Amino acid sequence: MKVWTLLVFSVAAMAQTPQSVDAKLAALDTAVKSAQSAGDNAWMLTSAALVLLMTGPGLALFYSGLVRRKNVLGTMMHSFILMAVITVLWALVGYSLVFAEGSPFIGDLRYVFLRGVGIAPNPDYAATIPQETYMIYQLMFAIITPGLIAGAFAERMKFSGMLLFTVLWALIVYFPMAHMVWGKGGFLNAALGGRFPCFDFAGGTVVHITSGVSALICALYLGKRTGYPQEPMKPHSLVLSVIGACLLWIGWFGFNAGSAVAASGLATSAFVATHFGAAAAALGWIFVEWIRTGKPSVLGAISGAVAGLVAITPASGFVEPFPALLIGFLAGIVCYFMVTLVKAKFGYDDSLDAFGVHGAGGTLGAILTGIFATNAINDSFKDASGKTLPLGWVDGHPGQIINQLIGTAIAWGLAIVGTLVILKICDAVTGVRVTKDQEIEGLDLSQHGEEGYFFEA
Amino acid sequence: MKKIEAIIQPFKLEPVKEALKSIGIDGMTITEVRGHGRQKGHKEVYRGQEYNVDLLPKVKVELVVTDARLNEILSTLTTAARTGKIGDGKVFVYDVAEAIRIRNDDRGEAAL
Repeated sequence: MKVWTLLVFSVAAMAQTPQSVDAKLAALDTAVKSAQSAGDNAWMLTSAALVLLMTGPGLALFYSGLVRRKNVLGTMMHSFILMAVITVLWALVGYSLVFAEGSPFIGDLRYVFLRGVGIAPNPDYAATIPQETYMIYQLMFAIITPGLIAGAFAERMKFSGMLLFTVLWALIVYFPMAHMVWGKGGFLNAALGGRFPCFDFAGGTVVHITSGVSALICALYLGKRTGYPQEPMKPHSLVLSVIGACLLWIGWFGFNAGSAVAASGLATSAFVATHFGAAAAALGWIFVEWIRTGKPSVLGAISGAVAGLVAITPASGFVEPFPALLIGFLAGIVCYFMVTLVKAKFGYDDSLDAFGVHGAGGTLGAILTGIFATNAINDSFKDASGKTLPLGWVDGHPGQIINQLIGTAIAWGLAIVGTLVILKICDAVTGVRVTKDQEIEGLDLSQHGEEGYFFEA
Repeated sequence: MKKIEAIIQPFKLEPVKEALKSIGIDGMTITEVRGHGRQKGHKEVYRGQEYNVDLLPKVKVELVVTDARLNEILSTLTTAARTGKIGDGKVFVYDVAEAIRIRNDDRGEAAL
């Protein structure tokens, strides 16, 4: 592609006479840049769409299949409405609070209402694509993250409370955390001069630890679903969940490989690590399940795959394919024990295991990234003399594990404190939990006045 | 007149319908029901959460017949519904006081 464009441009340039060598070189330079920009922009717009695919059909189907029939629409709405709410919030202030240079903890207001965010690239983040592409790509992450929390308050959260919670959570937890890790000058930013450089390629701390830990707080604050765990609360359609999990897996390529912010070799490496992590985790989960209960379940296989995708998220773009397999396999096993033994022991009702999968898998992945990150995969970190720096323990830099732990601890702390404060506010303003009668009737009828399945029609 | 109420395995509904049709019985009402007698249920596990499912899907077939044909119909029905394993179901027979065809007010056996 590049060569072809170059040739055409050269021929066109030769046709114009007379022209100095300098002018020709400048024209060539422009042609090369334009070709690279076209390739990168195509991949990043595709990635943005893939990440939205994770929320719209992906998470909505995965979660709604796991609830009882009377809550199928309410659960889908927990994902779908974020595609609208967070988008507006992102345009107003979100992008600025995350990506404007400000304090180490939050961005300033230079990009509010997307002022100055146009076709020109922002070289701090992505020199080859329009800043507007970068903006819309990052929006899709902000959309799915609060959607993950819905797994913990499923089947009992009041819709108005959920809306208020989501807006406040984005403002108080997600935007600051994303700024710290990815924003210029952020406290934990590894690429742009953070105090504690924490490697998080695609959102292990920002997306999965914050959402997973906030999910646990929500489950504890709201209390158990009425009747849990005595009444049966079986998934009403694992068929929906399987389709949803497969869409999540596919969309995750945009999430992780897109985080290279270019159609580059690094994107390929992240793509491969993502796929390997998911595959190994599906196997890890069903192996241990098979041994313990005698049967390898379909729900186990898809839950394992999602756990692996979560754990590989910070590590993709830093690790080689075989460590990716190992990270995935461990995530499958660890998350299995989180949602079975640990949840049963402590008795919290994390309805769809948002904490057990995203909180636990995200934490595991963040720490293992400190072990397996290598400059053989990602050589973008250089010292003042231009020498490539060692990344993780495998590169002989065990201290990175400390940085990873600091990033993890900050994500946990911010999620716990932020979520508690937000829930208190929501409780006072809108209320957070539906009444017992509404809960028994189901969210579909009580919150939305509709039914998901109406076979007589 | 007698009412036959047969609770059978769902997959035996078609054979039972065919067998009854072959001896000239066309009318019946069926309902999808759940229940169990001596048959044990099964265990389901979702992310470690165990559920014992002991009420199993069955089909209830109801038909009202003349006293004269009762035994013939009962043996046709039970033969068609039988697999010989636990879970095949049960048949109950009741006396019927009256039958009315709504369309033309026929009464008694004439309404069947």
